[in-house]
Amino acid sequence: MRLTLSSSPHQRVRRDTGQVMRLVIYAMVPGIIAQTVIFGWGVLIQSVIACTTALLAEGLIVYLRKRPVDRTLGDCSALLTALLIAVSIPPALPWWMTVIGTLFAIAVAKQVYGGLGFNIFNPAMVAYVVLLISFPAAMTMWLPPQSLSTLSPGFVDMLSVIFTGYTMQGYDVGQLKQLTDGLTSATPLDTLKTGLTQGMTYSEVLSRPAFDSGLFDAMGAGWGWVSLAYLLGGLMLIQQRVISWHIPGSLLVSVFIFASMLHLANGDLYASPIFHLTNGAVMIGAFFIATDPVSASTTSRGRLIFGAAIGFWVVIIRTFGGYPDAVAFGVLLMNMAVPLIDYYTRPRTYGHAAKSNRKK
Amino acid sequence: MALSFSIIAIGVLALIFGLVLGYASIRFKVESDPLVDQIDEILPQTQCGQCGHPGCRPYAEGIANGEDINKCPPGGEATIKKLADLMGVEPKPLDDAHGEEDVKKVAFIREDECIGCTKCIQACPVDAILGAAKQMHTVITDECTGCDLCVDPCPVDCIDMVPLTQTTASWKWDFSDSPRGDIPVKMVS
Amino acid sequence: MVPSYEDIIERLNSHKLWDFPGGVHPDDKKTLSNTSGIQRVALPDLFTLPLRQHVGMEGGCIVDVGDRVKKGQPLTQSTNPYAVPVHAPSSGEVVAIAPHVIAHPSGLTEMCISIRPDGEDSWTELAPMADYRAYEKSELIEAICNAGISGLGGAGFPTHIKTSSSKPVEFLIINGIECEPYITADDRLMREYAWQIRQGIDILTHLVGPKAIVIAVEDNKPEAIEALRLACQDKTDYRIVPVETKYPAGGEKQLIQIITGREVPRNGLPADIGILMFNVGTAYAIADAIISGKPLIERVVTLTGEAAGQPCNVWARLGTPVGHLLDHAEYQPEKQRAPRVIMGGPMMGFALADLNIPIVKITNCLLVPGKRELADDDVERPCIRCSECADACPASLLPQQLFWHAKAKEHDKVQEYNLFDCIECGACAYVCPSEIPLVHYYRQAKSAIRLERDERNKAEKARLRFEARKARLEQEKREREERHRKAKEARMAASENKGSTGSKDKVAAALARAKAKKQSQQSAGTASQPPEDKKAQVAAAVARAKAKKATRQSDTSLPSEPDAAPSEGSDDKQEKVAAAIARAKAKKAQRDSPEQQDVTSPLSDESPQADEDDKKQRVAAAVARAKAKKQAREASLEESADSSDERADNQSSTSDKDARIAAAVARAKAKKAQRDMPRQSNEHSARDEAAKQENTAEDEKRQRIAAAVAKAKAKKAARNTDSENE
Repeated sequence: MRLTLSSSPHQRVRRDTGQVMRLVIYAMVPGIIAQTVIFGWGVLIQSVIACTTALLAEGLIVYLRKRPVDRTLGDCSALLTALLIAVSIPPALPWWMTVIGTLFAIAVAKQVYGGLGFNIFNPAMVAYVVLLISFPAAMTMWLPPQSLSTLSPGFVDMLSVIFTGYTMQGYDVGQLKQLTDGLTSATPLDTLKTGLTQGMTYSEVLSRPAFDSGLFDAMGAGWGWVSLAYLLGGLMLIQQRVISWHIPGSLLVSVFIFASMLHLANGDLYASPIFHLTNGAVMIGAFFIATDPVSASTTSRGRLIFGAAIGFWVVIIRTFGGYPDAVAFGVLLMNMAVPLIDYYTRPRTYGHAAKSNRKK
Repeated sequence: MALSFSIIAIGVLALIFGLVLGYASIRFKVESDPLVDQIDEILPQTQCGQCGHPGCRPYAEGIANGEDINKCPPGGEATIKKLADLMGVEPKPLDDAHGEEDVKKVAFIREDECIGCTKCIQACPVDAILGAAKQMHTVITDECTGCDLCVDPCPVDCIDMVPLTQTTASWKWDFSDSPRGDIPVKMVS
Repeated sequence: MVPSYEDIIERLNSHKLWDFPGGVHPDDKKTLSNTSGIQRVALPDLFTLPLRQHVGMEGGCIVDVGDRVKKGQPLTQSTNPYAVPVHAPSSGEVVAIAPHVIAHPSGLTEMCISIRPDGEDSWTELAPMADYRAYEKSELIEAICNAGISGLGGAGFPTHIKTSSSKPVEFLIINGIECEPYITADDRLMREYAWQIRQGIDILTHLVGPKAIVIAVEDNKPEAIEALRLACQDKTDYRIVPVETKYPAGGEKQLIQIITGREVPRNGLPADIGILMFNVGTAYAIADAIISGKPLIERVVTLTGEAAGQPCNVWARLGTPVGHLLDHAEYQPEKQRAPRVIMGGPMMGFALADLNIPIVKITNCLLVPGKRELADDDVERPCIRCSECADACPASLLPQQLFWHAKAKEHDKVQEYNLFDCIECGACAYVCPSEIPLVHYYRQAKSAIRLERDERNKAEKARLRFEARKARLEQEKREREERHRKAKEARMAASENKGSTGSKDKVAAALARAKAKKQSQQSAGTASQPPEDKKAQVAAAVARAKAKKATRQSDTSLPSEPDAAPSEGSDDKQEKVAAAIARAKAKKAQRDSPEQQDVTSPLSDESPQADEDDKKQRVAAAVARAKAKKQAREASLEESADSSDERADNQSSTSDKDARIAAAVARAKAKKAQRDMPRQSNEHSARDEAAKQENTAEDEKRQRIAAAVAKAKAKKAARNTDSENE
């Protein structure tokens, strides 16, 4: 019989780190389902590869660092990182690239900094950028939505592609990208980028098959639905108070504003805000990546600035940069700025005069 | 020609920067305590003389003149660390030639044994002992620095150094410092 | 932008309030204990009353062990304005005044008065002031102070200090929020004693004359609101304001923010912004003290938690042991994972270490959580910087940054992040998904910073005292030299006049004394300080006494050594130059006629004067001790020489074992020395004394003392050798 001499508060809210991470993972489910339905089994296979790698790597490193393995794995942060990597890489990426990316995320971007809570960069985005820079060709090999593709690989084919590079029938990834009309598919962002460099106008590009003519013209075929699924998951997270609205809200609004400004300035050269919002990783970035608490800003005002700045970089890099998408770069850039943002957005403490706040 | 131009240009630049720097050094002058004061601030002011100096300030002067920073047992590791930070040198372990770090103590006079010789009063560096010749002496606990200097002069050895007891005011929220009561206790952080 | 009085009244009229940032909504569990009325408890076997029950100073104890006290009789008193007395909770006998474990998270002891009740429970004479309007305000405030009332809500700030604020009061806020989960003491009090609370508010209104009176109650207590409405229905200016339930709305600063939108400035008091706030319990106690004259000897305490068979509210006398009340509530420790008693609520209360801890003025709840309640799995995980804490913080701090810096013990950084604005409400730790005991870190940092500050202040004071002493010594030295010079001149003049024969020494001494006196008077005159004059006279007197003493000592004591003692001792007083001269003369005389001295000493020894004898004995004892000490020192010197040899050995030998053996040897030696020394010193002193005196009883006494001293010395020597060997 022991009496607990503990410090108040003795009451705690029953939601620990693991639960928070699991909730985020559950909220990703709609998006993953949408990706599976639209782009095939690839994303699921990649998820399995990434998760296995992540858990093994984290377990091993934590063991070597002599920290409690079960508790560290129990917080599910490695799982979440792995899933974020899996959904952001092309579904047909060779397996070893996924493994390298995940290893890099866990070992270098996270554990080298001291593990969960100490990493200054979002591990999933570090992995993504590392892969993108190391394997630019493979990392842009997105398969077309299954509705558009000539050969829509099944589960076994996909498995075979990922592990051997060829389907059971012997097609490689390049061939899988063939569309029904004989053209090669690319992501809508790629399509726009190449279209614009070829001298096409924005509205001409929209008529390419990479775009859906359903809900919005500018919505990428299939991509729009994936984005909407992630939006749904993200709203669930906000409703569950797992994340605050500040970062996704300001990020989306800022993407919208900057894209609108450019679009209004020259509608032929610059894509519409709807295009920017529904394509690429903006939605998942806004709700799942930029909101990673460890590497995001911690004050309310800071989070608004953080989100808005990411939105700004996304539009700028997408429009003027060399890479088609920019969420990863935007997030990493702003991760670096977090200490600065936090320092300058300290809230006014109760009872302090408004200005003496930052006085040393 | 080109050479002279560049020389003139660099000269002018040097002049401008010199002026700017000179102005800045006057305009943004940082008022700082003299080094000795800063060191003296860090020392525990027990005036115990264990460092070999007659008081803390002389030692502070000594440090400022390059003496070792590890001669202050009452300050202990914490003081050495602060001194090392201030002086920009590596912290060293306490030099045990000067004594060892100990818990904080205060002098206590066993009053019925005191013969009133006033020797301790003269030894006390901070005038923390009260009494007169042939009268019983006593220590003003609040003023006592625990320097030990009164213990040796006492001809009848009636001065003890007693460790300061933990009070609710000095308790640092360390549950391991708490006495156990009648309920068996498990401690959580 | 501080809202003006009119703005606030307008908003209050339209039932709009402000809000404070952050806050949490813990499960309040109030229904456990708020369904039944406040019960009475049987008297315990023993009351234990800490002398200090509130912030501020403790009073001095005015009863003694064995005194019989009446219920309500004050036990302490103090002239300090921040002290309020404690009173006997029942009639009985004071059985102890001793340190006892008190209601403090540390479980440490403080001075307490223990009273064994006689069961009669008879009141002392009370002085009610029912017609309080007829009294001076200062009398009322004094009555409140004498009734021992300090805030019953939380920190226990003495109430009379608040009420005697000289600043104009715009708002008098009565705090009936009780936002902590589980606690229902104020709730029940408001329901059952609304009328008395209202009387208390009347008195407070009379005392402070506020422009508006607000009674704030959380909206989860509709019955209490109703009861207060009923009690105050004839007072239209008493606004009863339901406040949205959110923790910590009941914090003083937070409630002020909710009601008025104003913020108490840092390092300020609510009075600075025209607000005074009292807890409903305090209002009740004030009414009790003024209307019926009863001091604060009991309060409502909630006994709750799933491990309590009968959760309820009770009237608990102050000083009642916690265990007694828990028995009343049928506390079942087996329903807990481990016995755990929390004093206060689950958010800000602290765990107790002892069931004998008494109820004090600020105790509002005893919580005994069941197995699944308030589970504490004590697994602190890494912070994931989720900022839930920052969102929950009612003071808009950044708990996470505070945590980093507090953990790293970066005390200046923590203060830069306004650690001391933390009200320790626990909201941050409550929401933390990593279960970091954030508040604990803050508390540790706060106490460390406070202690550091105290220490720095103390060091600063020590430095000043040291410097003052140094200056004084230098001054004295200068003066002494000056006087020496003048006295010497005077003596030269005197010796020229009277010759320098030994027999005339005394005359010369007297002359020198007179000169010195005159001179010191002169110096006092030039300094134009009347006290100096007196001092000089005193000095002269002292000098005379010294001279006498010196002669006596030279008669009675052995040569040189005891003489050195007083001469050293008088160093301190040597501003009185005459003393030194006189003694010098005496010494000279002594030196001149050693034979004479030998003859005189037995004579004076046999002199029958009783007190003289006594003095002599003391001197002799001192001499014996000094001798013993000297021997001991010599012994210890040898010892340390030995041990330093051994130390050298130790250094050369690398093995730990060798060192230990050496240490053991050293200790053994010290012990031996210790054994030897008493014998030696006994022999010595005995011989000395026997030579001088025949009184065996005296001898024995001296031997005893000498033995004790020698033992102490030997111990010290042993200590030295030990430490040297370590």
